[in-house]
Amino acid sequence: MGVSAPPIQPSPPDILKESGQREVFCGLTSIVWLHRRMPDAFFLVVGSRTCAHLIQSAAGVMIFAEPRFGTAILGERDLAGLADANEELDRLVKDLLERRPEIRTLFLVGSCPSEVIKLDLAKAAERLNTQLLGRVRVLNYSGSGIETTFTQGEDNALLAMLPLLPSSDEEQLLIVGTLADAVEDRFRLIFERLGITTVRSLPPRRSTDLPPVGKGTRVLLAQPFLSATARALQHRGATLLSAPYPFGVEGSRDWMAAAANAFGVPSDHFNAVLAPLVERGRRALEPHRQVLSGKRLFLLPDSQMEIPLARFLSRECGMELVEVGTPYLDRQLMAADLALLPPDTQLSEGQDVDLQLERVRAARPDLVLCGLGLANPLEAEGIATKWSIELVFSPIHGCDQAGELAELFARPLRRRALLQLS
Amino acid sequence: MELTLWTYEGPPHVGAMRIATSMEGVHYVLHAPQGDTYADLLFTMIERRGLRPPVTYTTFQARDLGGDTAELVQRSIRQAVERFQPEALLVGESCTAELIQDQPGALAAGMNLGVPMVNLELPAYSKKENWGAAETFYQLVRTLLKSQLPAPGTPKPSPSRWREEGRRPRVNLLGPSLLGFRCRDDVLEITRLLAEHGIDVAVVAPLGARPADLERIPTADANVCLYPEVAGPVCSWLERSFGQPVVRTVPIGIGATAAFLRELHGVLDLALPAELQEVEGQPSEAERRSRLPWYSKSVDSTYLTGKRVFIFADATHAIAAARIASKELGFQVVGLGSYSREQAREVRAAAAELGLEALITDDYLVVEKAMGEAAAELVLGTQMERHSAKRLGLPCAVISAPLHVQDVPARYSPQMGWEGANVIFDSWVHPLMMGLEEHLIGMFRHDFEFVDGHRSHLGDGAPTAASGAELEAATATATATVSTPAPAAAPAPGTTTAADAVREALESLWTADGEAELAKIPFFVRGKVRKNTEAFARERGLARIDAEALYDAKAHFSR
Repeated sequence: MGVSAPPIQPSPPDILKESGQREVFCGLTSIVWLHRRMPDAFFLVVGSRTCAHLIQSAAGVMIFAEPRFGTAILGERDLAGLADANEELDRLVKDLLERRPEIRTLFLVGSCPSEVIKLDLAKAAERLNTQLLGRVRVLNYSGSGIETTFTQGEDNALLAMLPLLPSSDEEQLLIVGTLADAVEDRFRLIFERLGITTVRSLPPRRSTDLPPVGKGTRVLLAQPFLSATARALQHRGATLLSAPYPFGVEGSRDWMAAAANAFGVPSDHFNAVLAPLVERGRRALEPHRQVLSGKRLFLLPDSQMEIPLARFLSRECGMELVEVGTPYLDRQLMAADLALLPPDTQLSEGQDVDLQLERVRAARPDLVLCGLGLANPLEAEGIATKWSIELVFSPIHGCDQAGELAELFARPLRRRALLQLS
Repeated sequence: MELTLWTYEGPPHVGAMRIATSMEGVHYVLHAPQGDTYADLLFTMIERRGLRPPVTYTTFQARDLGGDTAELVQRSIRQAVERFQPEALLVGESCTAELIQDQPGALAAGMNLGVPMVNLELPAYSKKENWGAAETFYQLVRTLLKSQLPAPGTPKPSPSRWREEGRRPRVNLLGPSLLGFRCRDDVLEITRLLAEHGIDVAVVAPLGARPADLERIPTADANVCLYPEVAGPVCSWLERSFGQPVVRTVPIGIGATAAFLRELHGVLDLALPAELQEVEGQPSEAERRSRLPWYSKSVDSTYLTGKRVFIFADATHAIAAARIASKELGFQVVGLGSYSREQAREVRAAAAELGLEALITDDYLVVEKAMGEAAAELVLGTQMERHSAKRLGLPCAVISAPLHVQDVPARYSPQMGWEGANVIFDSWVHPLMMGLEEHLIGMFRHDFEFVDGHRSHLGDGAPTAASGAELEAATATATATVSTPAPAAAPAPGTTTAADAVREALESLWTADGEAELAKIPFFVRGKVRKNTEAFARERGLARIDAEALYDAKAHFSR
């Protein structure tokens, strides 16, 4: 039957731990998808020109007339006196909100420099909340590179929203983690078919439309990088459902099965609803599985999605895993996916990029998942790559997206087969 | 504290990375936290570089801050020197490391590394990318030439010593770098141009140079400062310390290329060839090596006359563009500005010559506003001005960094020299509708063949505009991850509606006979006439715009 817990492995594979140069974005980068999820929110980074340049370079943003994120760039005067910096920040926020009256929630996002000079953004948020009299809610969190890696920025942003969640013991399924709107709609529809009627999301589509939380809340994580948020929700009485992440047909089915189990959905009903989706998902997957099967994959650490993706690509696409890197390993959140990895999988945590690239060169994998800084250099060495950043911007969750997700990995290989450049 | 939604220039350490990555055999150890490695993708994605930038980031974390980050710096330096065996080492810090004051340069100095080391101090909270590039280039050259510095009082070498030494004159080309606009092709074009005049190139730097090449800089008779943003300070220092004269004319456009060659011949004491002799009222023979003079004179270009052009770029390209636009294409420059504060004086002078006040800013919204107010018909700018121009419905050509992957074309397309002028003619004029074409469409547009849906000889089988648009949208989605994940750019509420209200109020002023008269005016000038007439009516406080008002306005503006 479909609703079954994955078998637990006796011992996890050995992990290679490295701490050296990391070729990974900092948490500020999460703003790029968070601001799209909540169109009534503005993300104001309090940082340096580097922070501003990072976000515009990582996101390739040149297209906005008025983007919903920006940087309050610290100048020498702000460094000289924190009192001035606070006044400056208040002035700047006031100007910004006058220009953007549609903004309902303002996130003050801490950066490396703001943390090193100990600019207290929590106090600033409190002060601004008083000044703004509830017209706009001001929250703060850290996206700094000395505290967070890439996707952890979303974890911190959601954590900042938690105190605002009303308490309620109402029975509900809470999906946590940013999903593409279309994907979210699909999940809601399927949960409805399963008979789970109260389904809410965090982050919500409107920043003010916050879900309640309490004893009746069952949390299903849509993204694997929300450790702090998951723990805080548990503190508020919610139950965290353990499941693989909804990548691929199997992962998506097991993910929904975890919810179905928690809500007492009869297994025949679950199977009846899911069977056609699973069948269709596998059909969509098949042509890509043929390209990927037997190919050797090396995943460099980037978005925290590496372990669940490795599980999908190995189990459903037949790829061999050379090394699965992750910026950090949260065993609790990764338990279900780790258990499904082949027993001898080489995991690595953290990064020393030069050493890791030496392992890549020695292993000559067929495909490397990596960031944009490394992709062309590896291609120039004759190693095919898939850029990891596309995975956080594309709708890849759910049975319906399994084909597309596999296609993202198959495309570089198909392309190589097509080109006759000798 | 300054609100920035988008910035023309990165921080100064990105400028230092441009120097390190442009060169061979140089490594840069950057004391910086995780995240700063984003800058690698500027080179690997925009420039499509097949090599990682030669940068080691210390990647310090919050938990390191209590302990010994200095040890981390030293370990990173040691490992980088061992692994990459650089011929010269740059050591510096990014914005955050500047605050914790580990002084990585001083630490490196005490390490006995056995390679020339430059301690880069680039103030991240007051300076920007181009300044950082210029400072790094200057410090590196200075460090490598320290042992060759002539004693004070040593007479300047004669720039014509090549004659006594029985060799061809030679110069250095200083300034071309990665992420600079078309530098790769400019170097080729200028090298060829100099060869035609019997002048050799000694060193090109930083692009493609090794530290040993920089040590050969003093062997040249003069320095050519191709990009003042990067090479300005180093050229001045070489002039002061080594007595090397500097050729400062930037050879973009035919007039500037000719002036550059004349300046160079003068500096090197070379006889000016007949083809470069100035002839009153017409381009010298050399200038006719470019097709620009003839293309600009040919009748099809008549329609370029007085086109209103708005220019915003780095200083080098903005100044050059103003000169070409006004003198070589017969445009009217209606706005000139730059984000290069270090060169603001030169930009202001160029603007003053055209009777304009230069716009010196790094706020792209200020630029967009000025662009709209100038009622420009063509915009020459950076990629950001291209976006702003698109919003305003204006044609645009990109003339300057900051770069987009599109600005690193596969084909040869320099900006400098005779071929550069050809490239500029094409790339500025193509966004505009061609002259004769514009007239023909005006003449025939009422013919039924031009009515929507009847445009193709394919008849009913012809693809419709809608399917074409869908195709474009699909392609755009497929490539979106390269350029950008495109969120719906919501127009700022308020501004649109206010503008609409003004528009409606103005439109309601037109009487039936005024509209009828306006309709008789050829469509390609109708928009301009409408705008001028409305401006005239507003200025005079007219309650209605009838045919007479239209002709009054026409007379008013024909002055």
